[in-house]
Order: sequence, then structure tokens, then C-alpha cells
Amino acid sequence: MNISEIIEYLRGYRGRELKLMEVCGTHTAAIFKSGIRDLISPDIKLISGPGCPVCVTPTAYIDKCVEYAHKPGHELLTFGDMMKVPGTGGSLSENKAGGARITVMYSPFEALDKAKADPDTTYVIAAVGFETTAPAYGLVIKAAAEQGIENIRLVTALKTAIPAISWICENQQDIDGFICPGHVSVITGRHVYDALAEKYKKPFVVSGFEAEHILATIYRIVKQIETGESQAENLYRNAVREDGNSRALQVLDEVFRPGPAMWRGLGVIEDSGLYIRDEYSVYDGGSSMLYEDMELPAECCCGAVITGRINPDQCPMFGVKCTPVDPFGPCMVSSEGSCGIWYRNKF
Amino acid sequence: MKITMAHGSGGKSSAQLMGDIFGKHFANSVLDKMEDAAVLEVPGDGSRIACSTDSFVVTPLEFKGGDIGKLCVCGTVNDLLMMGAEPKYLTCGFILEEGLDTELLDRVVASMAAQAREAGVIIVAGDTKVVEGNGGMYINTTGIGIVPEGRNVSGGNCRPGDVIICSGNLGDHHACILSHRMEIENDITSDCAALNDIVENLFEEGIDVRAMRDVTRGGLGTVLNEISESSNCRIELEEESIPVNSQVRGFADILGLDPLYMGNEGKMIAVVPAEEADKALAAVKKAPHGRDAAVIGRFTEGTGTYIRTRLGATRRFDVLYGEGLPRIC
Repeated sequence: MNISEIIEYLRGYRGRELKLMEVCGTHTAAIFKSGIRDLISPDIKLISGPGCPVCVTPTAYIDKCVEYAHKPGHELLTFGDMMKVPGTGGSLSENKAGGARITVMYSPFEALDKAKADPDTTYVIAAVGFETTAPAYGLVIKAAAEQGIENIRLVTALKTAIPAISWICENQQDIDGFICPGHVSVITGRHVYDALAEKYKKPFVVSGFEAEHILATIYRIVKQIETGESQAENLYRNAVREDGNSRALQVLDEVFRPGPAMWRGLGVIEDSGLYIRDEYSVYDGGSSMLYEDMELPAECCCGAVITGRINPDQCPMFGVKCTPVDPFGPCMVSSEGSCGIWYRNKF
Repeated sequence: MKITMAHGSGGKSSAQLMGDIFGKHFANSVLDKMEDAAVLEVPGDGSRIACSTDSFVVTPLEFKGGDIGKLCVCGTVNDLLMMGAEPKYLTCGFILEEGLDTELLDRVVASMAAQAREAGVIIVAGDTKVVEGNGGMYINTTGIGIVPEGRNVSGGNCRPGDVIICSGNLGDHHACILSHRMEIENDITSDCAALNDIVENLFEEGIDVRAMRDVTRGGLGTVLNEISESSNCRIELEEESIPVNSQVRGFADILGLDPLYMGNEGKMIAVVPAEEADKALAAVKKAPHGRDAAVIGRFTEGTGTYIRTRLGATRRFDVLYGEGLPRIC
């Protein structure tokens, strides 16, 4: 079956309305960029899930980072897309303009060179991410320990996607199938979805990021539903192996332990966070219990958007009080956040 | 409010800053057109000159394909060219930080001189200031050009049916600078260039050029939205025809950036009437800096800027929001 036949099939689908969730923000961005929503039947609804690490990070985390950035002798290193996320005392970007020491990093390994060159400064890494990015932070911690570097700290908001997908399966039974995150699956492997498919009787299909990959994935999910199957499939075989990346998984296991984590909009999910193990605790900048979220106005629908219960443009603040220039919630800030993606492509 | 880096991105935040502060206090009939360069009538004889100014800040000061000296000549020359002017004179103001290596300064100034010769401009006035700092350098250039009689190039001229030509691959400069900063080894070279050859070819062929824009900060998305707004027309692009080098596309994909929002320093778009599109494209492609040019879309009735994707869907193509920063995953 070639891609035009797949599009033809998905466009012609008429039947029970299906709700498919793309868990990963990069998939959401790719779906909008290629216009997939307009190519398929209106009876197949694509719902954006919680898979943007910036969007699910609570305010308390931003505030902790801001606190470090203002602390004498400290410099905060962060990825660019955290810069505009609102905190209680302003975003990192606003605090930087106010004199806080904040540098946008391109790789957490920059911290090692900086820490060696300037032993009087403590470099604090804002370590946000999923399974995909967490191994890199693990390697930084291991390298720092091996080289005896002491002036590095990590404030972590590291999360694992699989417990969050389980949470959605438990709490939102109307999702018919999952487009599983490609990058996360590179690390975890395909097999982690077997148990989910078995337990919840739904299709889980791992997808790449080209429009053709995503369309083929949607096709497989629809086909599985039509034939009453519920399998964990891998359509991203050139990158995702059955058992994942064993080296990355080993680093994760050596450096981090699982623990409860706060997902903005979802709440605290057991074992969905990664915390620095005791043997490396000297590098922990105080990452546990950063649960507090700033009080959101009643009309803010971040939680409903992140869990796919409503589309971003159904939030009364969308495009009015919450825009990419003046964002209220992180889903509007991040390049992978569903509100920002909707605004840029649809509004 | 405090100034943040997003205010310098060339996107939505920059535009707001322009409107809220500079536009409010400086408002006049010339500035309000918000073109790349101001076109001014010389009192008495009806001839017109174009005038533009630009400040250049780049880290690193020297990069693959250019340096801040070459950049500061090309940038201002291109702004003049985009109004149909023939660039003639430049002035330059240097702000040097304490600790700057004079050998580096010498190389930058030699590069400026060479680029000025190539672009046919002479540098007629200058200023230097030294401030405390870490050996950095900022350059402002102001350019003057003559607009030949009969040329009327402006974003407001475009009308339904007109065709948009893009002069070459997008995103090269931005990707090159990011590669340097991230210490990533690749072959991506800045496109930094003065675009005299392309513009001269278009006018020599007698093309009725409606509008031209150099595609700098904020990228293609920002530039096209500005033109769509000032001409009150809708723009429809064909995704597949927009030229992007495959290495740059791969690099941008990894970082979560979009080449269509990335900055360039030697790329432009030209809007021409549909019936002259083939001739205009041939003229652009004949120029060394226009080799990879392509027709990327056209103007229609309506408003807004849209892209027809590779798979045949249509999506909104908005301006750049924020800074275009690399993402986490």
C-alpha cells in the first residue's frame, strides 16, 4: 500500500468516531506541519497528549531555577524552550533581563567545561526531559563524578512517558489508540507497550516523525480497531529496537531512581519521575517535591488540553489572554506545546 | 516590561517593540511605510534616494562564509537594493569592547573593504567608540543609494496573481552560526552576500518588480506575513518548492528549528507579475547568488499566508514567535 492509498483510505473512513492520542509533542508539531488533520476523515480525531516536557513542568520548578539564577556564585544553564515559561516571579527570560545569571545551553555537557574553567561558580543545570534526554544528564553526572568536579548541580524534572500513558488509559477510557512517541521508544524499546496493549485492549503503534510514518501509524491503528486487534506495533524500525537502547537504560538505572512526579494538569503520578540516586546526591540541586503549581484562573484549561479532553481553541483564554508573545501556560510557550502549535498553524 | 532576547528576534516581539515605542514617538509618513529602506525625494529635482541603517551583532565574529565586516556591508547594501536602489555610499560606526584583538579588527575591516568594493559602495564616514567588555565588537552601517527613475518597488504593490521567487536555500546563515556556537563540525556555510547581481539582472531584463525583501531575521515566515499585510492579499506557498539544503534541514530537524523561520544574510524574495515569472526566474538564476532560486508561491485574493504541504493539505504560515530557540527533545 503506498501513501496515497493510505490517505485515500483514511479520508474515506466512515464509522464510529475514533479518538487517537499522539503522546509526543514532536508528533503534534509534525501533524500540524504536514496538515494531516485535514487529510483524514473527520471521524478520526487526533488528540495531543502530555508529551512535551516543558508543558508538564509545574511552576515550583521554574521558581526553583529562578532562585538559583539569582543566588550569588551560581549560574543556571537551560535549554531555550524553558526560557519563557511563566513562574511566580516571572519567567527565566524576564529574570535574565533583570540580571539573573542564566545561559541558554545547547548541550548539558557544556556544564563540565564551564565548571572546570570557573571553579568559583556553581553551574546549575535545569534538567527537564523524558527518557530521551535523561541519559545525557546521567552521563554528565557520571563524568563530573569521575573527574572530581564538584561545582555542578542539577535541578531535575525528568519524567518517564510510560507511567503517564498508563495514567491516561486509567483515567480517560475514551481514547481508542495511541501513536507512541518515537524518540522515547528509541530508549525504552517496543516491548514496553505489550503490557499496555494487553491490559487496556487498545492498539499502541510506535511512529517515526515523517508525515508518511505518522499516516501509516494512524492507518495501522484504525485497521487494528476495525479487526478487533490490540497489539503493540513498531513502525519506526530503523530507530526503535525491541528492547531499546541498553546502554542508555543502564545509565538511567545507575544514576537515577524512580519516584513520584508532578505532571502539570494530570497531578502526581507514582514512579513517573527520575531522581538522582544517593551515591550521586551531591549533584542534586533539590529536585524532589517541586509540586506546587501557581494558582490558575478558573478559565485556564491547561489540564484539559494536556490530557486531550478539549482542543486548545476551546479554552476561553486561547488567543485572547494567552498567546505565544504573552503566554499564560507552558503549552503556549513551547515549540512542542499543543496550544502554541494550534495558535501558529490554525488561529 | 524589560527587554528580553525575544525583542531582537525579528519576529512578533520585535514588531511589537517597534510599534509600541519607536513607531509611537518617531511616527512620520516615510518611517510608517516600514520598508527595508526609506525612499526620500530630493527637494527640487524629483530624484529619489534610499537610506537604511542597521547594526550588526554576531557571535562568533568570524564564521564559515564570512565575518561581521562582510555582514555589515551586505546587510545594509541589501536593504537598499530591496527598494530598487543602486547602493552608493556607506558610513560605519564601530563599538569596540576593551580587550579586542587588533589583528582580528584588521581582518574584519579588510573584509569590509573588500565586500564594499564588490558591492560597488564606498565607505565615506565612520566613528569608533570603546567600551568596557570582553573583546567583542558591534558595527552599525548606514547606506545611501540612488533610486533610478521609473522604479517603484514596495511591499504594498503586490496583487493577486503575482508570483514569489525565492533566491535560494533558506536557513544557511542561522545554521552556520549555531553550528559554530555548538561546536558542531559540518559543511554548512553562511550565505552572507550582497545581492547586487540578482537585482541588476531583474531590472536589466525589464521585469516589473513589485516588491523585494531580503529574508533576514525572522525568516521567510515573518517577511511574507509582512508583505501579505501591507499588500492586503493572501499568499499561498508550495512547501515542496521552497529551497532548503538537505544538511541544513537535517540540522534544523534535530534542534527542533524550522528553516523557514531561520535567518539568512544573502537571500531575498522578489514578487513579479505572473506573466513575467519565467523570465524573472531565469534572470535570478543567471546571477551567481541566485543559482538555487525557485518560484515558491503566489498572491491571491484574501488575507494571511498559507502553505500547501507536501501531502496536499493547507496550513497557516505565521510569523516567528519568540526567538527560535533549540528545544529539549
